[in-house]
Amino acid sequence: MNHTEMTAVAIADAVASGKLSAVEVAKAHFERVRALEPKIKAFVTLLEEDAMKRAAAVDAKRARGEKLGRLAGVPVALKDNILLEGVETTCSSKILKGYRAAYDATVVERMKAEDAVFIGKTNLDEFAMGSSTENSAFFKTANPWDTDRVPGGSSGGSAAAVAARMAPLALGSDTGGSIRQPASFCGVVGLKPTYGLVSRFGLIAFASSLDQIGPFARTTEDAALLLSVIGGHDARDTTSSLKTPGEALAGLKGQIKGLRIGLPKEYFIKGTDAEVEGAVLAAVETLKKLGAVVKDVSLPHSSYAVGSYYIVAPSEASSNLARFDGIRYGLSSPESKSLEEVYEATRGAGFGPEVKRRIMLGTYALSSGYYDAYYGKAQRVRTLIARDFDDVFREVDVLATPTAPTAAFKFGEKVDDPLAMYLSDVFTIPSNMAGNASISIPCGLTRLGLPIGLQLIGPAFSEGTLLRAAGALENASPFPKLNG
Amino acid sequence: MVVGLEVHCQLGTRTKLFCGCANDGFGMTANSRICPVCTGQPGVLPVLNKRAVELAFQAALALDCKLAATSIFARKNYFYPDLPKAYQISQYEEPFSQHGGLDTKLPDGSRKRVRIHRIHLEEDAGKLLHEIGSEELDYSLVDFNRSSVPLIEIVTEPDIRSSDEAYAYLTALKEVLQFVGVSRCDMEKGEMRCDANVSVMLAGSTKFGTRAEIKNVNSFKNVKDALEYEYRRQIEIIESGGTIKQETRLWDAVNMRTESMRSKEEAHDYRYFPDPDLVPLHADPVWVAKLKAALPELPEARRLRLASTFALSAYDAEVLTSEKTLSAYFDEAMSGRPKEFAKPLANLITTELLGRLNKEGKSIAESPVTPKMMASLVELTLNNTISSKGAKEVFAKAFETREDPKVLVEKLGLSQVLDEGQVKGWVSEALAANPQAAADLKSGKEAAAGRIVGAVMKLSKGKANPALVNKLIKEAVK
Repeated sequence: MNHTEMTAVAIADAVASGKLSAVEVAKAHFERVRALEPKIKAFVTLLEEDAMKRAAAVDAKRARGEKLGRLAGVPVALKDNILLEGVETTCSSKILKGYRAAYDATVVERMKAEDAVFIGKTNLDEFAMGSSTENSAFFKTANPWDTDRVPGGSSGGSAAAVAARMAPLALGSDTGGSIRQPASFCGVVGLKPTYGLVSRFGLIAFASSLDQIGPFARTTEDAALLLSVIGGHDARDTTSSLKTPGEALAGLKGQIKGLRIGLPKEYFIKGTDAEVEGAVLAAVETLKKLGAVVKDVSLPHSSYAVGSYYIVAPSEASSNLARFDGIRYGLSSPESKSLEEVYEATRGAGFGPEVKRRIMLGTYALSSGYYDAYYGKAQRVRTLIARDFDDVFREVDVLATPTAPTAAFKFGEKVDDPLAMYLSDVFTIPSNMAGNASISIPCGLTRLGLPIGLQLIGPAFSEGTLLRAAGALENASPFPKLNG
Repeated sequence: MVVGLEVHCQLGTRTKLFCGCANDGFGMTANSRICPVCTGQPGVLPVLNKRAVELAFQAALALDCKLAATSIFARKNYFYPDLPKAYQISQYEEPFSQHGGLDTKLPDGSRKRVRIHRIHLEEDAGKLLHEIGSEELDYSLVDFNRSSVPLIEIVTEPDIRSSDEAYAYLTALKEVLQFVGVSRCDMEKGEMRCDANVSVMLAGSTKFGTRAEIKNVNSFKNVKDALEYEYRRQIEIIESGGTIKQETRLWDAVNMRTESMRSKEEAHDYRYFPDPDLVPLHADPVWVAKLKAALPELPEARRLRLASTFALSAYDAEVLTSEKTLSAYFDEAMSGRPKEFAKPLANLITTELLGRLNKEGKSIAESPVTPKMMASLVELTLNNTISSKGAKEVFAKAFETREDPKVLVEKLGLSQVLDEGQVKGWVSEALAANPQAAADLKSGKEAAAGRIVGAVMKLSKGKANPALVNKLIKEAVK
């Protein structure tokens, strides 16, 4: 069996038991990268030399008789907004071109401790703002299922790398759907953990109250493995929860019988592709056959989620991105004659149009005299959205919805229409606004052979339950596999 | 004159407000106290320093403020090269404390409570270095040692009515903050900084005038001068028919004037919003009670106690409370001693010790005469081993040699003569040698006693106990 076909769990077991060397595993993946990357362009930076060294170190550790970690020799791709010490971290933005991370993100530190091998940094929509990875300042990433189409975004590079089997695991970040939507487009598993379950320390902030790092994998078991490594309290992030990943993953094993599944009527609406809706309902039917109880429910404030999100997220972004000022690191404009010119020249040249649009939106929403009408009101809407979920989770255990209204769209299809692009996150945004847990798993292919994503949403720290339901579907009918 | 003051005070923590860097960067090599967090690298998050919160809470408790059950950190957004995140983490709508006051003693001896509007916790910015020794350089450098150092901002109500009142308030505030151990308040190191809001109104009026905010006033004397200048400037404008503009003005200490910095229209829009990286700060009642119990006695309460329990003069009580180290010195010398000790001890400290230290340019902490030595000196005077004059001599010697006063009394031969027979002899001799004074004394002119006492002291080489001498002179001329 080709090593790139293996799951992370299988690789870690084989490497830890000495059946397979980490170096062989890494080599196989870089071979695959060399074959596919020219077409896919998932990576902003490839770390072949570093990865081979790390893999050799893992093998040496085993040779010394030391116990290997849970990710022993597993190749992992990192979205290029997560810091890996000493390695260039760009957020796919010109403003950070050449910036070398001064420290490891907490998630990276934890993966290093479990003997993971980092193979590269993946492309994203600049500063994670977008739903197609077309907003990368460097290049577009193609969807491995159809290279004329987008991989989704903003974690498009990570989703494409895992789908194309260039890595069994990758990390992304999800602020309004940036893990789940590309997972759906690329036919892989993408998990957005509960807000606070995974430390944000070392994740370049887009919208701090919404951002969460989460795993991409090709199986639910692999996603659970990576979450168990990266999750848990971090003293460097005071918004991180005291809950352990073990607590969140309780309920991973067990029956589907009696699981209460809600179908929120606000998520089955005009504008959603019929094929997508059909595949989602078929998956729900499968769960029903396994003993789940299905009922119709309502989240009445859902229609306000996108609007309020586009106040909260840009507001926080306008502040978070202000530090890229050309003074201490990144792009700068030394020819400028005054301080104002430094700022204007740096930020004018460094940020792309979508980032500028959101900075302006956020700056306006926070400005004196408008704060209450915009930011204040959006936060109140957010409370109502969270309350909807609280209410509905008294009736059901999980919600089943489409991850996105459509399968992957073509390059250029929506890039000039920001509103149409924003609506591709209509089903994923509410979960960020409420801070609960959600996952996207493949649930079929369209007639054109494009993956369709099913989203399961659960209460905070219900990752175990979500993965149990996802795993049951995976067992019932294996996830579609990319040929070639 | 109507004045409200905003005082920034640096908290004396070991580390910075949101990272583990040392809070001792003043005067250190530029950028030697920095890390990814306080230089605003991508991906960093702030972690609140518990000790800073404790000191801030104690300052608020000492200033009679109410602590909010929950307070919120907010981002104050603006661009400047010394502000690495391009926002300052501060508190805006929900500060940790409000509604306090400080009893301030005014120069005329009366007291006034200056109400405190609010106190909030925030981080400092870095420092720009414009002057680096070469005129060729057309750029600035930035030092982040000070970035994210913890500050509290103490904002008064517009209760101050003169520059003297402002001076008195600042003096009292500094005293309290130093006593509680919140801050060293070293203004030269920028540990205490002051902005003033000034307006004028007609005597008897109740409607405040338009105010100007004066920044960059970095000593108490500057505050006084700036207020006086601004007061005259505003009155001149009004008297010549003009109106005061609401604006921010900068104090120019060299030319002794304020200059317009920006008008109200040019004021920054800081786009405050709650910092999503920090959770709300809860003031746990048990924790607060502990902090309150740990507060040292405050200067005002201490003065009253010293004056009432030990019958010290208002002046002595004031002096002995003016500095924390001096208070501690007095307390240590008094420990385990009876009440009668206080007065002579206070006298020795205020006259001898402080006088000498002052002359030598030394601080209390550097005093060669320890509290224990001082107490033994007092004991020697109280049991009449030495006279008060002898005590001064012993003190002077002890200051130089650090020797035990008891040893010094022997060495210097300063023990008083308490033998009645011997003193009687000197008295008789003195009366005989000064017939005129003796006659005056007999006829009731008591002032003449001084000459006899002087003569006795001369005969006894200063060793005769003065009280005994007085008693025996009286008896002899009866």
